[in-house]
Amino acid sequence: MIMPSAHQWVEGETLVQHFESRGISRREFMEFCGEMAVILGIGSAATPRIAEAFEAAKRPSVIWLQLQECTGCVESVLRTESPTIGDLLLDVISLDYQHTLMAGAGAAVEKAKQAAMSANKGKYLLVVTGSVPLKEDGMYTVIGGRTAKTVLEEAASGAAAILALGACAHWGSVQAARPNPTGAVGVRDVIKNKPILNIAGCPPIGDVVTATVVHYLTFGRLPAVDGEGRPLFAYGKRIHDQCSRRAHFDAGQFVETFDDEGARKGWCLYEVGCKGPATFSPCPIFMWNDRTSWPIGAGHPCLGCTEPHFWDTMTPFYGRLPDVGGFPVEERADTIGLALAIGAAAGVAAHGAATVFTQIRRRRSTNQVPESTSEEESHNG
Amino acid sequence: MAKTKVVVDPITRIEGHLRIEAQSENGKISKAWATSTQFRGIETIMQGRDPRDAWAFVQRICGVCTTVHAVASCRAVEDALDIKIPANANTIRNLVTGMQFIQDHVIHFYHLHALDWVDVVSALSADPAAAAKIGQSISPWPNNGESELRAVQTRLKKFVGTGQLGIFAGGYWGHPAYKLPPEVNLLAVSHYLEALDWQRNVIRLHTVFGGKNPHPNFLVGGMASAINVDSTATINAERIADLAGMIKHAREFVEQVYWPDLVAIAGFYKDWGAIGGGVPNFLACGEFPEADVRDLDKLYFPRGIILDKDLTKVHEYDQKKVEEYIHSSWYEYAGGGETGLHPYKGETTPKYTGPKAPWTYLQDETKYSWMKSPRYEGKAMQVGPLARMLVAYGSGHKDVRELVGEALGKLNVGPGALFSTLGRTAARGIETVLIARKMETWLGELNGRISNGDTATFTKRRWEPSSWPKKAEGYGYTDAPRGALGHWVQIENEKISRYQCVVPSTWNCSPRDAKGQEGPYEASLADNHPLVDPERPLEILRTIHSFDPCMACGVHVLDAQGREVVEVKVQ
Repeated sequence: MIMPSAHQWVEGETLVQHFESRGISRREFMEFCGEMAVILGIGSAATPRIAEAFEAAKRPSVIWLQLQECTGCVESVLRTESPTIGDLLLDVISLDYQHTLMAGAGAAVEKAKQAAMSANKGKYLLVVTGSVPLKEDGMYTVIGGRTAKTVLEEAASGAAAILALGACAHWGSVQAARPNPTGAVGVRDVIKNKPILNIAGCPPIGDVVTATVVHYLTFGRLPAVDGEGRPLFAYGKRIHDQCSRRAHFDAGQFVETFDDEGARKGWCLYEVGCKGPATFSPCPIFMWNDRTSWPIGAGHPCLGCTEPHFWDTMTPFYGRLPDVGGFPVEERADTIGLALAIGAAAGVAAHGAATVFTQIRRRRSTNQVPESTSEEESHNG
Repeated sequence: MAKTKVVVDPITRIEGHLRIEAQSENGKISKAWATSTQFRGIETIMQGRDPRDAWAFVQRICGVCTTVHAVASCRAVEDALDIKIPANANTIRNLVTGMQFIQDHVIHFYHLHALDWVDVVSALSADPAAAAKIGQSISPWPNNGESELRAVQTRLKKFVGTGQLGIFAGGYWGHPAYKLPPEVNLLAVSHYLEALDWQRNVIRLHTVFGGKNPHPNFLVGGMASAINVDSTATINAERIADLAGMIKHAREFVEQVYWPDLVAIAGFYKDWGAIGGGVPNFLACGEFPEADVRDLDKLYFPRGIILDKDLTKVHEYDQKKVEEYIHSSWYEYAGGGETGLHPYKGETTPKYTGPKAPWTYLQDETKYSWMKSPRYEGKAMQVGPLARMLVAYGSGHKDVRELVGEALGKLNVGPGALFSTLGRTAARGIETVLIARKMETWLGELNGRISNGDTATFTKRRWEPSSWPKKAEGYGYTDAPRGALGHWVQIENEKISRYQCVVPSTWNCSPRDAKGQEGPYEASLADNHPLVDPERPLEILRTIHSFDPCMACGVHVLDAQGREVVEVKVQ
């Protein structure tokens, strides 16, 4: 049997390449696979399948398209902590097409993209940032002479799965805000026949993106998602339910204006417009930029940027959320907080109810918002 | 030799979507065309919204220069509503903006621009001991040792050995225009990787004050991050110590890695000090207010204009002299498209008249871009680090004069070399060094005020819309990493009635005007510009990247009727 050696296995090297570098023959490799089959209890008949799996174990190809966007999502991925972007590029994936970082340009990179797509047909992971403008025959975003829609459709056809990274690829984001002058839509509105994961946020936390890629590579499948197509491991909980300032909400301690006494004590930002109670996001847990802080932690209310249509449904950003489930619409949050502080029994009951927002505010005359936007419904759907 | 038509699309290692077409003959470019191929129309979306929300919307114009539109927007609304922000908030904005410049310029140098000058494949054959010797001769940076450089080379060799070149596939490796010895290439590749780690650390300054990066939070009337040295949830001594560490780390990297690398690499490419000069006029609106933003004498980088490369005279910048042309842009004017319109009378009705996709060539089209052509007194203008440094130099700015002199001395070239592709790249480094040194001063000012009991970060005067005048308008400027930027806002009945931005990339990437004058990208590419192999247009990338294009910023303004609404308030 092949024994472990001090010879370092270069990450990114296939196992076969690694064995070759150690002077191990094809015959010895097949013997190794046979032994592995026995150890795994699946019988020696499975040997060729194991060999095939090992032979394919090279850095998986990732094609990254940037469509109608601001490059903020790319920048966010550059900020990842673990794996770092350097490790990701050199050791984990083979990033075969990416505008912001690629050395070549023009025809040379288009050729490299075509080569990678054809060599990894049906296997590559497609990452998309940016929306797809559909008005004016798509002429509002043209890349290499072709419309964003054409470029996306071509790359999607050979992809194993698609990561729609950021609010633009998810649902269109800022350019899709009312009145959506260019007819911007998300990936799911154009591509219907591939698994699509929505990494929500404007931008998403870089670590969520790399964690999703690592999940896909480690477990060989996409993570479980909510009704919005967002991975549960990141978007499974409301900000309000994980917030470090939550105790102040429960105690009825609110910032009334910025830089007031409450602000200087780190109290709850609900009264100055925090959308944490209506937002599913990992910000309080993952935090931002090597866990330095996060928006609420730095004193600004949450904008709700992981929720579809937040530019219309969560604005004005400094306006208080209109109602809380279980309480009359007119009931103010401080009243709720006070109630919780006063009666323990009532507090416990209301505490649960207060976390459930059954309705988010919809901006008048917004035509991008689906009729049914119940947070609970869409989340559990 | 016949004329060759050249197309480079996509231009990579930039923000956004840019297409360059050119004609080349006998190894030189004779003509060039710059096309912005994306349009988003964000300002249309601003109409009817709460002006206090505007910063968040327009911030999303760009996620690379992720603070600049937010700052300009806050300043515009504060100008309209006559809000003076507390000194601490101004200092915090300078710190945030300063770190944006530092991080953005370093990323630009190593990750967007360096591969135009650095041959990664050549680094494989470097002698790490010799590379360390060079590294240690130009800098005390501790990671320039032989073992560190050998480890980088080993990692690179293994990476290349896998046959999966990833982002390095399709590079122009071995191109004759690459001039660096293998050892310098190895040093640069090592710093390329180090800078990736460095940038994510120093940018945390944005996270301390704004909660995240990209797209940190801002606030009309100040900043939302309260100061209380006795609280765990606010800016306190622990946070300030962390900030001081980031600022130190930023300055060390800039002074010991970025700047020495830039000077060392430039030494091998001195000929690029006579290439790609282009448009001879420069505009800077000024940045880093060290008092109220309206006090133009207290800007660390001054405002002004340089004409015809004449550094002996700095002209005043007067917004009345700006006109926009649509001769080559996919828009129409009601009164005909051949005359320029002052922004007061500006209008934009988008009218796409180009060919259906897929495109082959656009250079035979009269109209070929989504950018308009802004002109100052009828002249095209360059904006960006070079414009800022030239205006400061001409104004007698002590720090700028010293460092420009040092750079010219080290490279043994005259001031004429500044007007070039190399000059733009060098100017970016110069201002980064100056800002990195300033950061400590600004943090010191903040600490000093906190010591004296001044912890205010926000003024609630005019926060409530009921306190606003029925009608108001304001102008917010900022000199962003890529150049002069202005936002104009009009407020009516507590809502935005008009919003407009004039951005750096519109000046630099503007297409030809009615007189046939080229924009800065185009003029630079046709100015003594080589192109040895049209199939491998490395030289085009050098000059275009020296501008650090940010195409998403070049969107145009539409009101609800699809007409551009532009107002310029004379300062």
